[in-house]
This record gives sequence, structure tokens and C-alpha cells, in this order.
Amino acid sequence: MTATGTVPVDHTQRLTELPELSTEELQRYSRHLLLPEVGLEGQRRLKAGRVLLVGAGGLGSPLGLYLAAAGVGHLGLVDFDVVDVTNLQRQVLHGTRDVGRPKLDSARDRLLDINPHTHIETYETRLTSENALDIIAEYDVVVDGTDNFPTRYLVNDACVLAGKPNVYGSIFRFEGQASVFATPDGPCYRCLFREPPPPGLVPSCAEGGVLGVLPGLVGTIQATETLKILLGIGDTLAGRLLLVDALRMQFRTLKLKRDPECPVCGTRTVRELIDYEDFCGLRAVHTGAGVAEVTPAELVAWRARGDAIDLVDVREPGEWALGHLPGARHVPLGTVSSALDTFGHRTTVLYCKGGTRSAQAARLLQEGGYTNVWSLAGGISRWRAEVDPTLPNY
Amino acid sequence: MSITVHLPTMLARLAGDARSLDASGDTVGEALGDVIGRFPALGPRLRDDAGKPYGFVTFYLNDEDIRFQGGFAAPVADGDEVIVVPTVAGG
Repeated sequence: MTATGTVPVDHTQRLTELPELSTEELQRYSRHLLLPEVGLEGQRRLKAGRVLLVGAGGLGSPLGLYLAAAGVGHLGLVDFDVVDVTNLQRQVLHGTRDVGRPKLDSARDRLLDINPHTHIETYETRLTSENALDIIAEYDVVVDGTDNFPTRYLVNDACVLAGKPNVYGSIFRFEGQASVFATPDGPCYRCLFREPPPPGLVPSCAEGGVLGVLPGLVGTIQATETLKILLGIGDTLAGRLLLVDALRMQFRTLKLKRDPECPVCGTRTVRELIDYEDFCGLRAVHTGAGVAEVTPAELVAWRARGDAIDLVDVREPGEWALGHLPGARHVPLGTVSSALDTFGHRTTVLYCKGGTRSAQAARLLQEGGYTNVWSLAGGISRWRAEVDPTLPNY
Repeated sequence: MSITVHLPTMLARLAGDARSLDASGDTVGEALGDVIGRFPALGPRLRDDAGKPYGFVTFYLNDEDIRFQGGFAAPVADGDEVIVVPTVAGG
């Protein structure tokens, strides 16, 4: 065991306190029992293990499947989403028949089918600063399979405050990252990334795409680390960052150190959970601070009365190719600054998928001196819901 | 000094789709400046208006975080590798 790879779960639990395995379980886990590093005692430790999966999506799918199959006794799942057909390309926990069902219902059915000995606890809620510490307190290990910055910083801070290891994984397009944060002497997520990017700068998988098998690669790495922590074997990724590059099929390991200036695990000036939407700059975007918004119905009315409108789609090229609003032109957010001279002083309406990037673009235009600039509230997703259901949902 | 700067795919499109770029300079900052000189669109993605690193892009010199080696002033030697690690949130 390396110094920073120290396994934080309490392994002093006496053998007599560990749960017994039934005859069926002994047979089911025989390939584990044959491993000297696992054996009967290790398998009983897995049965005693309590793991919280935050997110039952791309990363949560292989995590749930393999941790249940491995015999982890208690799995907690936090999610509030419904299975959508666009999930099925990578979220192998859910099937076509589950489209429209809550992900937690679908996950429970699938996991109990794989292993009826696993106890599944579901939390159909968004993890928040109000509920995170209470939920995490029930578990030995927390696995971060979320898809957004506010929840990642929330999971990190809650794990540091609660003293629970945070098995981290993150993906985008063809690349992924994995580590183990918040071990007693190890670094945390904030030691790696001190602050989140401004909203709209880093596209999400829903905006930029992701290779379907990539969460499989990264999620199984997280599952491996989780099992090692519960078993107390091997060297975990604590103190190391694993970079996965599926295009080159290259794995690179970098050193991670605790940042003495880290406000959470270093100076410990953050002593309680904060407002993570605000921390990630999303509060200002959601409230449209400084940016005028137009609803789909209002835009329909403007166009119906013949207003001259420069309608601009600021999404990525792949999103534009999936479908766009009639009469729109395409200026991806990343190129808005260099395309300022293509904008005039007639009414400009910017749109993206949900309204975050168009608000960013609107600010850039305002800084460039344009005043008659609007952001389409709720983006093309809301337009689809309220005006044109034939547009693809993605 | 000849060093190699490795970019993630999300930034490579701003550098003519090159994932690895040869660069020269005596420090990490100079090597990045050399790359940004050839691909100006990379500039605002790698450092802020004041030329300082962002908190959401981490730079490694070989396998060590440059923040513990003097930041952009970290000296580089022939054959060194600079790896740009941007934050991503997908899951």
C-alpha cells in the first residue's frame, strides 16, 4: 500500500461481525473465493460493504452491474432522471423496454436480477447541500458518476467533510479521467481543479457527444477501485490521476498531491457545504442576469408579425446537424468573439440546447457593443416541447 | 529546448487537429507561448487575460503538476512533455 493509496475503510471489523454467506452465495462467488486476495473473508467484507452511487447513467451503469455482481451487500443509488432513448447507446443498466421509466426503478430491477442478495436503496432526488451529508453518512464509499460540475464539487466537499473516499470518474467524447479522492492523507477533486470553468465553456456529453463504450471503460475502473477499497487490497488511484484516451488507446497516470492551499482538504476553511450552483456560476445564468430572454411563444409571435430577426444557433456543429430552427444561421459559441462583425443592430435571438450557452453568447455580444440581444429561454429543448415536436430530442 | 505539448482532443481542433505539438522554450510558460503563437485560438483556453493559469485546466510537466514546480515558470529540459488536462464533467 502506498502512503496516499491507504485504504480508508475500517478493516478492523472482526471476522465474527461480518455477515455469513449462504450455500448459494458461496457457489455464486466461487471465482472470488479462489483468489487468495479475496477469499471467504474478503467476500464477507464485500457483503458488509455499503457503496453509494451518485448517478445511474453512463458511469453508474457498469458500476451498478459489476458491484452488484461482485456481491457488494448494500448499494445506494441517487438519481432523479427518467430513461430516455438517447441514454441507451451507453447506459447499459437500462433497456429499450424501460424508456419512460424512472432510472431508479429500471436499475433496481436489473441489479436484483443480477444479484438478489444485494440490498438496493434508492434516493429519487437531486443530491443537494441539504441532503448530501445525511445520505453519505450511511455509506463506506461514495462513487461519483454524475454529469455536471455543481454535483461533482458537492460530492467532493461532502466526502472530505464526512471522511468518505470518493471514487471519481469523468468522461467526454473519447477521453476519461479517474482517481480516488478524499482519503485521509490524499488529495481531493479541488486539489486537481481548484475551480469550475465558466458556464458554457466546457460542453457536456449531451452537447459534445460521447463514445458509448467510454463510460464502460471508466466506470469499470471506478468499480475496480471501489472493490479494492472495500477489500483493503492493492494500490488504489488515491494520489494518482488516470487519463484514458480511447482514440489512441493510451492510458497515462499522473501524480496528484494534496494542495496545501485547498480550501476543503488543505486549509479546511470550507467547513460546511455551500451553494454549488452559485459556485459554478450557474445561478447568474439561470436567472438570466443581465441577459434578456425571449420565450418560444414570444419568438413565434415576433416572427409572425414580420420582425426582422437574426436567429443564431450557438451550439456545436454536431448538434446543428441533428436539427435546427428554420431561418437560423450557425455561429458556435467558441467562434462568437471572432464573428462579432457578422452581427448587426437588428433584433438578435441566440439559442442553444437549454439556454446556458446562448446567455454566454449574449454577454459576449453585449460586451461587443450590441444591445438588442436576446437569449431563447430553455433553448431548442423548450422550443421542441412547446412549438415543434418534430425536432430530434438529444 | 525541444519539448512536446500534449493536448486533449477537445483542444486539438484549435491546433489543426494536432494532439501533440513540438515546442521550444526554457519554461513551461514559454513552451505554451510558442504553441499559442502558432495557434492563437488556443490562448484563451490555456491561460487567462493576465497570462495566469485557470483553476480548471491543470498542466503537468512529465507526470508532476506544475503548480508544485513553480507554475508556468517551471523550467523544462530537452525531451520533456507538457500534458494539458482540462476539467470535464460527463458521466
